[in-house]
Amino acid sequence: MDVKTGLFYVFATVLLLAAFRVITARNPVHSVLFLVLAFFQASMIWMLLEAEFLAIALVLVYVGAVMVLFLFVVMMLDINLDGVRQGFWNQFPMAAVVGLVIVVEMSAVLLVGFPISQAPAVMTGLGQTIVETSNTKALGVLMYTHYLYPFEVAAAILLVGMIAAIALTLRHRKHVKAVSPAEQVRVKWAERLTVVKLDATQPAASAPAAQATLEEKKA
Amino acid sequence: MTLTLGHFLSLGAVLFALSVIGIFLNRKNLIVLLMAIELMLLAVNTNFVAFSYYLGDLNGQIFVFFILTVAAAEAAIGLAILVLLFRLKSNINVDELDSLKG
Repeated sequence: MDVKTGLFYVFATVLLLAAFRVITARNPVHSVLFLVLAFFQASMIWMLLEAEFLAIALVLVYVGAVMVLFLFVVMMLDINLDGVRQGFWNQFPMAAVVGLVIVVEMSAVLLVGFPISQAPAVMTGLGQTIVETSNTKALGVLMYTHYLYPFEVAAAILLVGMIAAIALTLRHRKHVKAVSPAEQVRVKWAERLTVVKLDATQPAASAPAAQATLEEKKA
Repeated sequence: MTLTLGHFLSLGAVLFALSVIGIFLNRKNLIVLLMAIELMLLAVNTNFVAFSYYLGDLNGQIFVFFILTVAAAEAAIGLAILVLLFRLKSNINVDELDSLKG
């Protein structure tokens, strides 16, 4: 049993314990925090599998962004715990049977069926061997060449997600005066501007008035 | 005893089973249901990474990258819907979400 095996068992144990606490914790805030722990352990396991970029991305993107979002939402909502926890363990026998069946069947197949213990010496991507390089660079090369179109689609999905999340939670306040951007953009110059034709020189219509002021000054 | 691909796949299976049990247990609490779905995705991603390593194929990791992207968008929209729901009903009990009686 080498160091890597020992590390795997440590990370796997903590991961499963954290996952168990996620689904059984009474307080949802504790659930989120245990989920963060689970993600950290999974990231370490991915590190053992030499997927460095994804391990770091999991911590940065998932723990840094998604889990913090979860934490915000959980803390923002005032959940009635008693109502939600009512009859919590009622379905447990059924759930345990289903879970046990999943674990036993899958382990029976997977533990025996995949006895590969040695990773191949070279990585391949799309049939081509990847020259000895960093994981991030290899992923980047593959992603920006062959997977460029799915990459763009992923960006579009993120944009759609952002717009949907903002549009769903946007609140229109009735008593606040604001300019509608749509109407503001649609406006024509003719609605804003009136051109008044004026002669270049004005007739001496105000001459008597000017004389009057002059006389006042003299007097 | 050295690590085999089966070890990592079994870990993924146990994690997946745990999240299935979580969905059974927390059937009233929408936010923990979302967390259980995140755990399921994590189990699947672990399988992908393990296969990618032991079969020496980098495409599995690309797939994980895309799953992470879609899962992030899904979590954002799901939480937005959750917040909207809470404003409307002032609780997140799944049992009371029956306004769309089909």
